[in-house]
Amino acid sequence: MDITLPILILAIPITMFLILGIGGVKMSRKAAGVIGIVANGCLAAIAYTVAFTYFFSGDPLFILDGVRQQYQVFDVTWLAFTERLVVNIGFLLDPISAMMLVVITTISFMVHLYSWGYMEHEPGFQRYYAFLALFTFSMLGLVVATNIFQMYIFWELVGVSSYLLIGFFYKLPSAVSASKKAFIVTRFADLGFLIGILVLSYYTHTFNFISMTENPVSVFESFGGATFMGASAMTWAMVLIFTGGMGKSAMMPLHIWLPDAMEGPTPVSALIHAATMVVAGVYLVARMFPLYCVVDASMTFIACVGAITAFYAAVVACAQIDIKRVLAFSTISQIAFMMTSLACAYDQPVEGVHYSGLGYMAGMFHLFTHAMFKALLFLGAGALIHAVHSNNYTSMGGLRKYMPITHWTFLIGCLAIAGIPPFSGFFSKDEMLAAMFSRGWFWGAWMTMVAGLTAFYMFRLYYLIFWWEENPHYKEHKPHDSPWQMSLPLIFLAAVSCVAGFIPFGEFVTYNGEPYHIHIDPATAATSITVAVLAIALATVMYRKKNPLPDKVASIWPGLWTAANRRFYWDEMYMFVTHKIIFGIICKGIAWFDRHVIDATMDMFAKVTQKASFAIRGMQSGEIQAYVYWYFAGAVALAAITWICLL
Amino acid sequence: MFENILIWFVIIPVIMMAGLGLCRNSSMNAIRAVMVVCSTILVALSVWLCCDFLAQRAAGNTAEMLYTGSWMWYAPLNIHLAVGVDGISVLMLMLSSVIVFAGTFASWKINPLPKNFFLWFALLSTGVFGFFISIDMFTMFMFYEVALIPMYLLIGVWGTGRKEYSAMKLTLMLMGGSAFLMLGLLGIYWHSAPEGQPLTWNILEISHNAAIAPEWQKMLFCFTFVGFGVLGAMFPFHTWSPDGHACAPTAVSMLHAGVLMKLGGYGCFRIAIFLLPQAANELAWIFIILTGISIVYGAFSACVQTDLKYINAYSSVSHCGMVLFAILMLNTTAMTGAILQMLSHGLMTALFFALIGMIYGRTHTRDIRQMGGLMKIMPYLGVCYMIAGFASLGLPGLSGFVAEMTIFFGSFQEADLFHRCFVIAATCSIVITAVYILRVVGKLLLGPVQDEHHLQLTDAEWWERLSTVTLILCIAGIGCFPNWINETIQASFSPIIAAIQSAAI
Repeated sequence: MDITLPILILAIPITMFLILGIGGVKMSRKAAGVIGIVANGCLAAIAYTVAFTYFFSGDPLFILDGVRQQYQVFDVTWLAFTERLVVNIGFLLDPISAMMLVVITTISFMVHLYSWGYMEHEPGFQRYYAFLALFTFSMLGLVVATNIFQMYIFWELVGVSSYLLIGFFYKLPSAVSASKKAFIVTRFADLGFLIGILVLSYYTHTFNFISMTENPVSVFESFGGATFMGASAMTWAMVLIFTGGMGKSAMMPLHIWLPDAMEGPTPVSALIHAATMVVAGVYLVARMFPLYCVVDASMTFIACVGAITAFYAAVVACAQIDIKRVLAFSTISQIAFMMTSLACAYDQPVEGVHYSGLGYMAGMFHLFTHAMFKALLFLGAGALIHAVHSNNYTSMGGLRKYMPITHWTFLIGCLAIAGIPPFSGFFSKDEMLAAMFSRGWFWGAWMTMVAGLTAFYMFRLYYLIFWWEENPHYKEHKPHDSPWQMSLPLIFLAAVSCVAGFIPFGEFVTYNGEPYHIHIDPATAATSITVAVLAIALATVMYRKKNPLPDKVASIWPGLWTAANRRFYWDEMYMFVTHKIIFGIICKGIAWFDRHVIDATMDMFAKVTQKASFAIRGMQSGEIQAYVYWYFAGAVALAAITWICLL
Repeated sequence: MFENILIWFVIIPVIMMAGLGLCRNSSMNAIRAVMVVCSTILVALSVWLCCDFLAQRAAGNTAEMLYTGSWMWYAPLNIHLAVGVDGISVLMLMLSSVIVFAGTFASWKINPLPKNFFLWFALLSTGVFGFFISIDMFTMFMFYEVALIPMYLLIGVWGTGRKEYSAMKLTLMLMGGSAFLMLGLLGIYWHSAPEGQPLTWNILEISHNAAIAPEWQKMLFCFTFVGFGVLGAMFPFHTWSPDGHACAPTAVSMLHAGVLMKLGGYGCFRIAIFLLPQAANELAWIFIILTGISIVYGAFSACVQTDLKYINAYSSVSHCGMVLFAILMLNTTAMTGAILQMLSHGLMTALFFALIGMIYGRTHTRDIRQMGGLMKIMPYLGVCYMIAGFASLGLPGLSGFVAEMTIFFGSFQEADLFHRCFVIAATCSIVITAVYILRVVGKLLLGPVQDEHHLQLTDAEWWERLSTVTLILCIAGIGCFPNWINETIQASFSPIIAAIQSAAI
């Protein structure tokens, strides 16, 4: 394959970043917006071409005997730590990276277009486009990484672009602290990622994905049975690497940054905190999937983290007032769904390593469909916020008459995420649930329950925004649909959410490149649809018209509602540990120790010297009598010593 | 003698001093002209040296040191002015010249007594350049002292705050280190040749011929390592650094944190480890503990400081701790990381101190509690400060990341539990660094404007822009294209690694 297009995929966004970042100040808003949108359109076209070539050209580099291949378009040395441990920067094409190219560039293009309307009156418009370009560059670099170190490099870069974009409204203290929190929490997770890479590369002597995943058993053997604190070194490595994914993908207990990240502009939430960056953790696990498969314990760990997070986030989402936070917790829950699905893509080892690909395929499928409908929901939320100037559903209600486009597209998004056929979410969720049931009935039942909660909180949100009771303020300030730049992406993404479920996804993306023929499992489908419909019905009863029922339900367990509303006090716990213990005791203690012990000791040397010289300076008084006195005293003393020695 | 290019690194600063001597204190433009011309020549010279060096290496010149030259200086003690460079010294010369260049522009409006300030500044750089080109221990030590003494006056006269106290403290502590160092160097000298042969100060000759007895090695290693370690801000001898930096004028902070602290690390491997490899193998663990503490301790201390310069001084303790820590791992990758960290820290701390100086020059305070929202008022300086911060917390694409990663991956090659524990503790510093950097950025640059008087302040002038852009370009250059530097350093380490390995057997 010609390397021009892949290079352009990385070169266009970074060039954009430099142009808009350095020259943006001198550019008009319109120029910056047009440059950003046109360049992103080109980028999307190129990425589609590359993905299309990969999937459909039939080139033996890409597909050999019906099996899709992993192909490194280029791979150049960036930094050589040792002779064997070399960091490369490259471009890997395989089913998941090609799929991600499509997802990222599509959503990025939509968000660029949408932002033109949404951010029109914000100061720093050029800076905003520059940061978006930086993010697009980093995310594309992350998904096409040929080796885990390249992934780490871009992993950090998406982290910083996320920091910059969350803190875009940098005059607001809340945005500043949210961006700081996001960066530090993910940095903490990345520490685990880094140590994981250190351990893994120490034993395998390579960073390259293909050479690691081609033969996972030999990777396992290269560890030579090394153990640490009862677990094998490889388990440690894989779990630590997953920690990085937990940070970026907001898995419990590192999820606390994502709800706060909603302080950023809403299109940013759609792009980064719903569709692309937060699924980096899922992508990481998928990338290293064969290695996870040989380590039983790490898979179980991922499944547990996923299952707990999915449930927790779904419960919290039922009790939020801010619509963006509902969507944020929904994202956490859905990503946890994907994680669990990946971890269920696996049977007990029979004859060495054996895993069934269903969960993998389903997880990736859901990643794809979720990116589309969650971006749609966020952009819809942005349109609502744009119209009523508030994030809370309490200042909305009855908006369906005023904003029909937003209403219908939002409804499609809700139906998709709730898993109602024929919308896309149904197909991917059904496959995931089938995979979970195949691992064990508990996983299937648990996640079906979460799917029901999803349908409930989404329709709760939908009814509270668009039905319930009309806000009286509309009379003074009539809300209306958004300009075309904002409506167009909504309509496009809604259309995609309607049809994406019919893509024969298993033909394209599977764990081993061999096609997997999707079939709907009737029992699973019937269960999940029933649960979803029941949940929607419940939401309809409770929230369609203004009535006292929700308050009554909440007052049955007031403690539970408050706790869910306060997100089960995770933030307070973190605040206690970081502020009171780490900052208040450790940092201040060390600073005190430095000033009052270490530095005081150094000062003491100086002071003692000074004191001593003050004390003995009296002897240099210039008094002849004193000198004579000391002279004779000394002479007598010397004589006495000599006499004693001679004796 | 003058045909040797290296000598010019000392001669040009001397010419600079002579030129400054002819200027009057009132003729600011003449002073600036001398400084700009000479520092530009130095940059050009160092770049040319680097290119020529790489070309010679590429042409197959595998000598340990290139451009060697040796001139007798004091025959009874066999002291020579001996010069020579390998890849590491070439990079250090480049670093120094860039920082002298940037420092010149950063102190464009120095007041009072500009002529005297620049005279001392030039003397300081003479010492620094001389140190890096020397391969004779005595002249190396002499240049080291030449670099230290001007600090006293530069801080004492042009400093701010408790400047007399700080200048005295810094000088005395570093002199205390020098005393240890002198003992160590004399010890090496007395054992520098087998019985019956003339003693020598030349590092290369000692490394080839000397077989210093192990018990002597241990003692001398402690002396030299502590001696250089004081300058490298090793715990518990680091306390000169916060006070000293806090009171020093901008350009002096830049040169001191940027280059002078690197003299410590450079000396540690060039003398302590290279000449005393057996002791290095046996005693490295003591200093690994101390430097490991420095890394974490400095980072935690930086978290609670409220003075911008104190934050960066403690952050330097942490980062320079990393340099010594990596050197003590005694393998090529980690030591390469140490040099990368020296370059990276040099550039980024210089940038930090330059920016702090510029901000202080406008707001007249360095207390982060009294400032806020400066990004809106001076966007250029704000962005530069953020870039420096990102470099410091190890953002890929900037130099700090490359250096830290090389150190971590190199250190992780040492497989025993002791090393592992300390390496993991050291990696934790990347999180703590992020905490204190973002804390400062959040308070200083972002958020609402704290003080209404700040609204009238202006953004950077052209000389300030030139100074910062130079440094940022170097930082980004190393961060994006690290491999040629990496290879140059790795190649230069082979004699040192060979000495360590042969001593270990």
